Amino acid sequence: MTASLLPRAPRVGSRPAVLSPMAVLAVAMAGSLLFLAVAGPVIWGSAAERLDLSAVLQGPSAAHPVGTDNLGRDLFARVLTATRLSLVLALAATLLGAVAGVVFGSLTAVVGGRSRRLLGSLVNLLLAFPGLLVAMFFAVLFGAGAVGAVLALAIGSIPGFARLTQTLAARVADTDFMAAARVLGLRRHRLLWRHVLPNIAEPLLLNTTISAGSALVALSGLSFLGLGVQAPGYDWGQLLSQGLDRIYAEPLPAIAPGLAIVYAALTFQLLGEVLAQAAARRHGGLPRVPGQTARPASPVPPATDDHVLEVEDLTVAIATPDGVSHPVRGISLALRPGEIVGLVGESGSGKSLTALALADLLPEQARAAWRTNRLLGTDVDTMTPGARDRQLATGLAMVFQNPASALNPSLRIGTQLTEAARTHLGLSRSDALAQARLTLTRVALPSPDRLLRSRPHQLSGGQRQRVMIATGLMTRPRLIIADEPTTALDVRVQRQIVELLRGIRREAATAVLFISHDVALVADLCDRVLVMYGGLIVECLPAAHLATDARHPYTRALVESAPDLSADRDRPLRTIDGLPPDPLSPGPGCPFQPRCTNRQARCAEEHPPLSDLGVGHRVACWHPMPPAAPHIKAALT
Amino acid sequence: MTGMSDMTARLAVLARRHPWSTFCCRRAVRLTVSLCAVLTGSFAMIHLIPGDPVRAALGIDAAPGLVAARRHQLGLDQPLVAQFRHYLSGLAHGDLGVSLVTGLPVAELLRTRLPATLEIAALAFLCTVLVAFPAGLLAAIRTRDGRHPRSELVFTAATAALTGLPDFVLAAGLTAGLAVGLELFPIAGGTGARSLVLPVLALALAPTAVLARIVRVEALKVLAEDYVRTARAKRLPAVVLYLRHVAPNMLVGSLTIAGNLLPALIAGTVLVEKVFAWPGVGSALAQSVVAHDYPVVQAMALVLGTVVLVANFLVDLLLGLLDPRSTIREM
Repeated sequence: MTASLLPRAPRVGSRPAVLSPMAVLAVAMAGSLLFLAVAGPVIWGSAAERLDLSAVLQGPSAAHPVGTDNLGRDLFARVLTATRLSLVLALAATLLGAVAGVVFGSLTAVVGGRSRRLLGSLVNLLLAFPGLLVAMFFAVLFGAGAVGAVLALAIGSIPGFARLTQTLAARVADTDFMAAARVLGLRRHRLLWRHVLPNIAEPLLLNTTISAGSALVALSGLSFLGLGVQAPGYDWGQLLSQGLDRIYAEPLPAIAPGLAIVYAALTFQLLGEVLAQAAARRHGGLPRVPGQTARPASPVPPATDDHVLEVEDLTVAIATPDGVSHPVRGISLALRPGEIVGLVGESGSGKSLTALALADLLPEQARAAWRTNRLLGTDVDTMTPGARDRQLATGLAMVFQNPASALNPSLRIGTQLTEAARTHLGLSRSDALAQARLTLTRVALPSPDRLLRSRPHQLSGGQRQRVMIATGLMTRPRLIIADEPTTALDVRVQRQIVELLRGIRREAATAVLFISHDVALVADLCDRVLVMYGGLIVECLPAAHLATDARHPYTRALVESAPDLSADRDRPLRTIDGLPPDPLSPGPGCPFQPRCTNRQARCAEEHPPLSDLGVGHRVACWHPMPPAAPHIKAALT
Repeated sequence: MTGMSDMTARLAVLARRHPWSTFCCRRAVRLTVSLCAVLTGSFAMIHLIPGDPVRAALGIDAAPGLVAARRHQLGLDQPLVAQFRHYLSGLAHGDLGVSLVTGLPVAELLRTRLPATLEIAALAFLCTVLVAFPAGLLAAIRTRDGRHPRSELVFTAATAALTGLPDFVLAAGLTAGLAVGLELFPIAGGTGARSLVLPVLALALAPTAVLARIVRVEALKVLAEDYVRTARAKRLPAVVLYLRHVAPNMLVGSLTIAGNLLPALIAGTVLVEKVFAWPGVGSALAQSVVAHDYPVVQAMALVLGTVVLVANFLVDLLLGLLDPRSTIREM
C-alpha cells in the first residue's frame, strides 16, 4: 500500500554506470587471485620445492616468513604456489557439477508430466543431504586423490544446480512463448538450447560464482581430511592439515593456508554479492529528504474548539532519486464533531498521503509540514511526543482500504481489538474484553465471543472491515479517518459499511473524514465534499450540491464519469483524458489546466486561489463552469 | 478400477478432514524412502570401492590368509543378496559390524561417539537461532525504509564475511588465537563445558550470519505490511509492536531457512571435530577414512545420513505445526 503511494525508483539504466566500492574491491581481489594462480608457481615454485634439512619445522623468520615444513621447505612459498591447484580444482568441480546439474535440471523442463515428477523427487531426495556429506561419500568410493575429490564434489553439487534449473526452467516452461515454441514443433534439445537456457543464464551465473567459493572450501576440507590432494602435490587444505598438527608450537603454519582459503572464499562471496546487487538494484531504497520537518508554528490563531481537526496549509514532500516531489501542496481542512466530510479525487491526487500525514504514519521518505495542525482543539506542535502519540491513538481512528491485509494474520481478533485500549486507557484484560464484546455488537457483528477467539483468515471481507472499525472505536475516538474503506468490498457490503459509519456518527457525534474516489458514494454519505486534484483542493461544496452545482471543470468531469450521478443515460459516460500532473515538477498555473476543456491563457500562468461562492461553496478556478449542467438539471426535473 | 477410484476419493476426504495428520504421514513416507536410500548407499559403499577393501585396510604386505579370514569375517565372500540381508538383519539387532583396524564392534564405538556429536550440533544450532533472530530483527528495525544506510552496509558486509568463513578454518583460527595464544579454552578433546565453547562457536558462526541476513529480509517484508501500519496507528510500545506484531509473522519463513542450514551444520561436525579432536562421529569418520577402516566409515556415513534426515523431518513437522495454513497449501 505504502509502496504504491511512492513514485517508482528509476531503472538501473537511467543511472550512470559507476562501479560501487564493493565491486571495485571484488574485482581487485579476483585479480590478485588470478595473478597468484598464473604467476605463483613461476615465481615461488622452486622455493616451495627446495628441501633444506638443516631448517626443518622452523617458526617464522626473516628468511621464512611463515616458517618451514618437516622437510625444510618454505611454507610462504608453498601457500602462494598452492593457489593455482586450489583454484583449478575448485573451478573444475564447480563447472562439472554445474554442467551436469543444468542438463539434469533442464531435462525436466522439456520432458512430460510423469518423468518430470520422477526427476523432481530424485533431486529432492539428493538435496536432503548436504553436498559435503555426499562429496565425502563419493570421495571414499573414488579413493583419496585430487581427481576423485573433484568428481565427488561435482556429484555433490549436481542436486543444487538441478533444483535451481528446475525452478527457473519451470517458470520459463509455463510462459506462452514456450507453448508457442512447442506448437511450432521445435525439437526438445533445440528448445533447451534456444529458449530455456538463455532465459535462466543470469541466476545460474550468480549461483555458479557462489558455488565456486563453496567448492573451494569443500575441496580444502576434503584435502584437510586426507581425501583430496595427496603428497607430493599440495593445496591449501593439505597445508592447513599439516599446520594443525603443530599448532601448539607454531600457529602460523596453520593460519597462513587458512587465511588463503578465507581470502579466496570471500572473493567468490563478494563477486556473487556484487552480481546479485546488480540484478536487484532496481529495488533500491529511496534517499531521504534533507532537513524537511514541521515548520515552526506561526502565532497561535484564536482557539476554535468546536473543531475536532483543523489543518492549514498541509504539505507532504517525498524524496525520490530524481528530486523532491510534492504530492500534497498546501491544503487546509477542518471537521466539526459529527460531521462527515468526503475527500474525493483520482488515485495519485494526494488523498491517501493526506490521511497518513494527519495520522503521522507517513513512510520514512515522506515529510509533512503545516502552518497549523490542531487535533481535538490542541496544537500538535505544542504537545510532547508522548502526549501526541496518546492523542493520535485515542482521539483518532484509522480505517484502511484493504481489511484483508490491515489485520495481523497471526493474532487473534481479541488481541488486536483490545491492545490499544489496554495500552492507552489502562483497561484491564477483562474490562477490555467486555468493552470489545460491546463494540462488536455495535458494529453489528454476531457472536462476539467466538469472534474474539478467531483469526482474520476465518472472517469474510465485510466482517474484517467491521472488525477494523470496531478496533478504531475501542478508544472512543472523536474522529475517524477512513481511507477508501469500501473499495476492496463488494457493493452490498459497501452499503452496509456506509450505513455503519452513519450510525456511529449519529450515536457518538464522531466526525468522519471519508476518503474515496467513488463520487456517488461520497455524495450519498457526506455532509461536505472536498475535491482534490494534483495535491490541491480545487473545490469544496455541500454534498447535496455535488451532482448539480459543481463549478470546477474537474469536479464536473468526475461527476459525469460516475454512472450513478450523471442521470442522463443516453449520453456516454465521460472519461477524463490525460494524466494527473507530475508531483516532481508542478507548473505555475492551475494543476488541471493541461486536461481542462475550458482552459484559457491565464490558467497556465497563474494558480487560481480558492474563492468563496457563498453557502459553503468555494472553488479554485479562473473560469468556473456555469452554476448547473443543463442536461443533469433536465434529467432531474 | 471402481474400487481403486473409490479408495482415492475416500483418502481425499480423509486428507481434507485431517490436514495435519495427512501432512505427517506424507513426511513419514518421504523419510522412510530416504532412509532406504541411505541404507542401500551405505551397504553399496563397501562394494563400489575399486579393488579389495580388506587388502586396502590391512596393507599390501598382509598375509593372504589373514585377508581371506577378514573377508570371511565380514561376509564379503557371500552372494550380494545374502550380504544385504545379513547387513539389514545385523542393523535390526544393533550390529554394525567390526572395525578392521581395532577389531572392536562398531556399535560400541557409535554408542560413545554419537552423543558427543549431537551435543555440539544441537548446541550450535540453538546458538544460531537464538543469536540470529534478535540480530536480524534489530538490523531490520534499524534499516527499514532505507534508514541508516551505513548500518545496513556494515551489517551486510559483516554477515557476508562471516558467511564466507569456512568452519574448519575458523576452528583452526580459534584454536590458534583463543586456545594456544590466550589459553582461554582447552585446545582439544571433550573435557567439560569449557571445551564445548570453541567447537560450537566454529560450527555456529557462519550459519548465524546466513540466518541473520534472512531474518532481516523477512522482517523488512513484514515491516512493510499494512497490518504493521495498523499496529503503528495504535501507538503501541516498541516491544509490543515488534514482538507481537512483527516477530510471529516472520517466524515461519526464517525457520524454514534455519532448517535448511541444519544438514550443512551436521556435515560440518566432521571437519570441526577433527580440528578439536572432539570424540564424536565426525572425527571417527575422518580417522577411519584415512585408515581405510571401511566398516566404520560405512556405519558413520549411515548414522550421519540418518541424523540429517531425521533432523529434516523434525524441522518439517515443527514448521507444519507453526503454520497450519502452509501445511494445507502444500498438499
